[in-house]
Amino acid sequence: MLIGTIVNGVVIDHIPAGRGMELYSYLKLDKLSCEVALIKNAPSSKRGRKDILKVNEVIDLNFDILGYIDPHITVNIIRDGVRVEKRHPSLPHTIRGVIKCKNPRCITSTEQGLEHVFRLTDPEHGVYRCIYCDTRAK
Amino acid sequence: MNGLIDIQQLSTEEIDQLIAKAQDIIAHPDDYADKCRRKKLATLFYEPSTRTRLSFEAAMLELGGSVLGFSEAQSSSAAKGESVSDTARTVSCFADIIAMRHPKEGAPLVADMCVPIPVINAGDGGHNHPTQTLTDLLTITREKGRLTDMTIGCCGDLKFGRTVHSLISAMSRYEGIRFVLISPEELRVPEHVLTDVLEANKVDFTETESLTDAMPQLDVLYMTRVQRERFFNEADYVRLKDTYILTPDKLSGAKDDLTIMHPLPRVNEISTAIDSDPRACYFKQVLNGKYIRMALILKLLGVE
Repeated sequence: MLIGTIVNGVVIDHIPAGRGMELYSYLKLDKLSCEVALIKNAPSSKRGRKDILKVNEVIDLNFDILGYIDPHITVNIIRDGVRVEKRHPSLPHTIRGVIKCKNPRCITSTEQGLEHVFRLTDPEHGVYRCIYCDTRAK
Repeated sequence: MNGLIDIQQLSTEEIDQLIAKAQDIIAHPDDYADKCRRKKLATLFYEPSTRTRLSFEAAMLELGGSVLGFSEAQSSSAAKGESVSDTARTVSCFADIIAMRHPKEGAPLVADMCVPIPVINAGDGGHNHPTQTLTDLLTITREKGRLTDMTIGCCGDLKFGRTVHSLISAMSRYEGIRFVLISPEELRVPEHVLTDVLEANKVDFTETESLTDAMPQLDVLYMTRVQRERFFNEADYVRLKDTYILTPDKLSGAKDDLTIMHPLPRVNEISTAIDSDPRACYFKQVLNGKYIRMALILKLLGVE
């Protein structure tokens, strides 16, 4: 499958297969007016399969949410057709206002305007829990 | 954080200091009768409670302070849809310290994050109940003379029982503690308590469905009620509510110095025939609860 080459933009590579759409949603890429491509289940020498997001514009990315999805994700910044920067996210200590707590008993389900906040409780396994009710982020 | 939301906020040294303070209050109550004069405690109880609310109020009154607040959501602005944070901000204009019970998990943390005065979590849904845990730790200390080297059996609703979660969390930090977790399959300790607390602290524990089999090993038996209000489904409640009932014959294999505890209220999970057994300590727990809350109020208000 062919996707056009990016001249100025961002390529988010090595997304775990099947999680590209989730990341597309978290990063609010649907709000962009530029071209955005999501490639699912691309072949990967390391993982077998991976997802890739290509954004035809250099945008600010929330590296916390990238790190939450997978710290092995690669972000390539492309300018004038050349990769000028390659970055990996790290596991963030907290994630604010992105993931929603699904526990119906949590105060976030009723309190107006309360930001959903998750804290890294197990760095080894990348486990995040709601700071209010300790429910694990799925 | 100004207040006490989760027992994990307190180091074992701080817990030991609170217990020592409570013991001193018990020994010399007159020395504390005026410590909180002109201070006000607001009890914001969005859920029914007898022991915890009255214990907080009695604690503040015995320290010479005064109390205000509400005992059900319907008699507060919550009935008009006011948020927890707005209510807390309002009350913080009138009081020096807040004790809050709320059915939603994390509500006292929300309050604590938005007011300049200490907020004490008096129970948030099925989540945490740190002052009950302090009560339990004081009771164990007074009955056993230590908080180390013992086997604690937790029996009943270990899934929704917030007192059990907080107790496991606190006791896991002491040396030589072993837990026997006795519950039906549906009411087992949640996975996050098993992994983040017991396994993370390398605490020895076993899970079983048999109270009788577990009994001979136990130094402390912590009974809990299967709570109707934690179930979405009435049929599940009815099916599980009578699973564990402690009767004199079930105690036949127990140690002579077993300490039987219960956060109360009980429904029928401890037979009233047990009440006269010298090993039954649940009404002593209630009294201890007042003293440890006195110690906590002093600490959070910075009163020596």
